[in-house]
Amino acid sequence: MNIAMLLEMAAEGDPERIVLGPHDGGISAAELLERARRAAIFFTKTGTEVVGYFGLNSDTLPVALFGAALAGIPFSPINYRAPDEQLRGILARVAGGMMIADDDEVERLGACGAAHVITKGELAAATSEPVEAEHPFVDPEEIAVLLFTSGTTSEPKAAILRHRHLVSYIIGSVEFLGCSPAEAQLICVPPYHIAGMAAILSSLYAGRRIMYLPTFDADEWVATAAAEHVTHAMVVPTMLGRILGAIESSGTSLPALRHLSYGGGRMPLELVERTLRDMPQVDLVNAYGLTETSSTIAMLTPEDHREAFASEEPAVRARLGSVGRPLPSLEVEVRGEDDSVLGPNEKGEIWVRGEQVAGEYVGNTVLTEDGWFRTRDAGWFDDAGFLFVEGRLDDVIVRGAENISPGEIEEVLMAHPAVAEAAVIGIPDTEWGEAVASVVVLHPGAQATEAELQRWVRERLRSTKMPCVVEFRPELPYSPTGKLLRRVLRQELAEANPAGGAGS
Amino acid sequence: MAIQLKAGMRLRSQTDACEVVVVKAPADAVDLRCGGHALVAAGEEASPPGIEVGFDGGTQLGKRYADEELGLELLCSKAGEGSLSVGETVLEIKGAKPLPASD
Repeated sequence: MNIAMLLEMAAEGDPERIVLGPHDGGISAAELLERARRAAIFFTKTGTEVVGYFGLNSDTLPVALFGAALAGIPFSPINYRAPDEQLRGILARVAGGMMIADDDEVERLGACGAAHVITKGELAAATSEPVEAEHPFVDPEEIAVLLFTSGTTSEPKAAILRHRHLVSYIIGSVEFLGCSPAEAQLICVPPYHIAGMAAILSSLYAGRRIMYLPTFDADEWVATAAAEHVTHAMVVPTMLGRILGAIESSGTSLPALRHLSYGGGRMPLELVERTLRDMPQVDLVNAYGLTETSSTIAMLTPEDHREAFASEEPAVRARLGSVGRPLPSLEVEVRGEDDSVLGPNEKGEIWVRGEQVAGEYVGNTVLTEDGWFRTRDAGWFDDAGFLFVEGRLDDVIVRGAENISPGEIEEVLMAHPAVAEAAVIGIPDTEWGEAVASVVVLHPGAQATEAELQRWVRERLRSTKMPCVVEFRPELPYSPTGKLLRRVLRQELAEANPAGGAGS
Repeated sequence: MAIQLKAGMRLRSQTDACEVVVVKAPADAVDLRCGGHALVAAGEEASPPGIEVGFDGGTQLGKRYADEELGLELLCSKAGEGSLSVGETVLEIKGAKPLPASD
């Protein structure tokens, strides 16, 4: 069980199928395997302990990923947007590793302490000749991918994904060569995100061609999707709104597009509804997963979306805001503070167990004795088994004796017709410990006052959940992987509203 | 002849080109065969016996073959002419309940 086996099978099943790049002139499965084999020999020769990748998505990425896999060397795509200080720390942790980098990153990498850097062009040159050699046997327990998880403030954790986790996930959720050669996936998710890694594996195993858009630009996304007859795409929430806008303003239609999956952060409900309305022929999938679980553990399927959207029943309609049902190969539970399993409609922490769940970092495993992983996500199941995620447990606001989930209040704020996006955070308060504060982005041309929005929330939730502060801004801060940077807002609002002055 | 299986093991048929990866392994040893004869570890050389009659249905690349009761599941990583069986019982293809793409 090696992730390279997925490529070997694809190359065996349909060697001439174009799996990477444009339909005309792209790389076939057989050719990708050949390039990966050569890269494997090269990596082994260098004696490197980690194959790092520091740059934008490109054809080199799958070659390097599978090459490392064939050589039995861990692969680590690294966040090229990390500030220098964080980068130094990461590089120190993969010391002895070789960085495959974009040309314009070489200098910075060297300055931050990378000992061995090779450009994509140099790698291509080093693997331009066929090589005859044996690949070593790679144990399924070996590390396939090392991902530094999105720690937006503290030092990132190095999450370990072993070959068996990733292979289990893929063969359990993807039908081998289940796609026709006409299908193509537009990938704009960065390589250092679990979705970026999983997308390569699942697309390849399914036989769906990968088309990269290295840097996101809504107009370019739409143009590429049209030109390449893209059928599938994965988007993070911040991208979807812009894409819909670009489609509208350019008047481009995307007749080939039939599937959009989204995840990585909470998608505003009205954006989902708008997509269902504007593009009814497109299947939507909300995928919930974590780095530590080899990506998706629950999904809201296209049928779930349509059924909820069409329903008059509030409980069914509400499912548009859920992440759907757990994958059949997994167990997912919501547990209380005392670790007891909770029933439907009871809020707690989401726990998950299964073959694809790694729950491991360099230095320690965080799996419980019987193999459960605690996601640190707050959530609950409804009566029909649909899972709702309400934000990170560590983003929970503790006001008085009450735990308040920012997600719940954000949802209510975003239901206001004038509000496009909302962030809710806890800020220090001398009387209550924390007070509820919010930052809101209005729709272009829309108007609303702080008092108006406060009343809006108070009418729908308890008064304790009403934000004491509503700050208006043109945009909210997000990480490149779609996560709302609540901590940044928390800091800024805490400074602007010193404890005790927040009132409530 | 029963063998102890382990998830991740790669096995090949003696009678034809079929190769499998063990996805789920039963706790007890299993009399796993292809083409009527025991499988061997991938990479092992063997002088090929003929495919037994009744075990010549073939295996397909990418399909999963399972015996749910036993807790056995194999992924065919290379197609071949023999059929997979436990003892004399031919293994069924596990129906693919494909999930929508999520990544």
